[in-house]
Amino acid sequence: MSTSETGSSRVKRGLAEMLKGGVIMDVVTPEQARIAEDAGAVAVMALERVPADIRAQGGVARMSDPDLIEAIIAEVSIPVMAKARIGHFVEAQVLQALDVDYIDESEVLSPADYVNHIDKWGFTTPFVCGATNLGEALRRINEGAAMIRSKGEAGTGDVSEATKHIRKITSEINQLKSMTRDELYVAAKELQAPYELVLEVAETGKLPVVLFTAGGVATPADAAMMMQLGADGVFVGSGIFKSGNPEQRAAAIVKATTFYDDPKVVAEVSRGLGEAMVGINVGDLPAPHRLAERGW
Amino acid sequence: MVSLRDESLGATDAAGPTVGVLALQGDFREHARVLGELGARVVLVRRPEDVEGIDGLVIPGGESTVMDKLSRAFGVAEPLKRRIAEGLPVYGTCAGLIMIADTLLDTIEGQRNLGGLDVVVRRNAFGSQNQSFETDLDVPALGERPVHAVFIRGPVVEAVGERATPLATLADGRVVAVEQGNLVGTSFHPEIQGDHRFHEYFLAKVRAAVTAAA
Repeated sequence: MSTSETGSSRVKRGLAEMLKGGVIMDVVTPEQARIAEDAGAVAVMALERVPADIRAQGGVARMSDPDLIEAIIAEVSIPVMAKARIGHFVEAQVLQALDVDYIDESEVLSPADYVNHIDKWGFTTPFVCGATNLGEALRRINEGAAMIRSKGEAGTGDVSEATKHIRKITSEINQLKSMTRDELYVAAKELQAPYELVLEVAETGKLPVVLFTAGGVATPADAAMMMQLGADGVFVGSGIFKSGNPEQRAAAIVKATTFYDDPKVVAEVSRGLGEAMVGINVGDLPAPHRLAERGW
Repeated sequence: MVSLRDESLGATDAAGPTVGVLALQGDFREHARVLGELGARVVLVRRPEDVEGIDGLVIPGGESTVMDKLSRAFGVAEPLKRRIAEGLPVYGTCAGLIMIADTLLDTIEGQRNLGGLDVVVRRNAFGSQNQSFETDLDVPALGERPVHAVFIRGPVVEAVGERATPLATLADGRVVAVEQGNLVGTSFHPEIQGDHRFHEYFLAKVRAAVTAAA
């Protein structure tokens, strides 16, 4: 019997493969984590404040208290993710030591480094990173990200940025697929991404890792639209626990994500959900408050 | 929009036996692709009517609690249980093994299973993702060359009942692959490893069942 290996690319990317077709929900307490698991979440994101509150309260947003993260890990049996600031490799070390299942190097928190992202290859715990376009996604994968989520504009309940980013990524992938080899060198330069990754995407027609959508998803129809646009699954942040009836809305979004191509199911689960999160139109956000522009 | 992205499924019009893949959540497309490459006609199973024409079923990796909930909410659990009791060949990987085990440990409250396989299975038996691993496994039923196995927050078979037989164990003796008649379960994920021998082994059972019924 040969030796076994933990933290390999295949093992890290593999967990994201198992999350496909699922909904990952932001939770700020063990009680919310329980509600999320009972509603059919495939994983939870443990954090102190959902993006809508980070936005409302302002100030520097950091990694959550280890006590909170551990309490949430203790409460549920599904994977638990947690956020580190962009470039904050020590927060990531702490999250790995806490045994979280995935680390989100997230623009929702205040960046700790405006030049470098975390070198993610050295960690056993896999990373998910945000991206607004294909070049950004490939740069994160080059740094070791094992999963990508399109960014959207977190904490708004406005799905338009999520739509823009997933459309951008999929259309850039489609363009690569039709290019000749010599054109791919130029594409790599323009995407500011390594040629080997660009070539791989051109040949396979998809990212080398799983692609979820995040940022502004608030309704079952939002989730189903992201799936129809090519996402492998969805993150729902403020959309659930900032709504009138989190239990029912969470379960409805789970069903709409599985049956994303069946409008009858999406209609059925959308009935009587009560109030959705109030939301902010992205156009009304002054530029310095747009989280998607963090990271590069 | 392309419904269920059929272009990724491989040979959906092949002549081979019709194999359903439970497609509620998880890596069902990877299974569909492997089965298609091996000549099976692949059907994604999400609803009761999808169960009727299948000669075999694969339950993929993913989150067993989610598959369990959705399979009951959309009425696919009962027809599947009935078909399994009638001898439908089923192959479950990871969450799929949990779904077909008779007895579960470390489940969430209210979690149920399809059952059929006479084993006791513990969910997340290795711990968090940091303990997930890949390794070479001896699987005598599949020949001398070891199977490279990827375990992702995987379950283990804690007890093998009289009707079931272990197919593979880890160096520490824990059972991670079992069979019982037409049922096969693995704690790991051959669908993402590129080694198709478990799928071939399962398809042989499906073909034999089809021949026996004809």
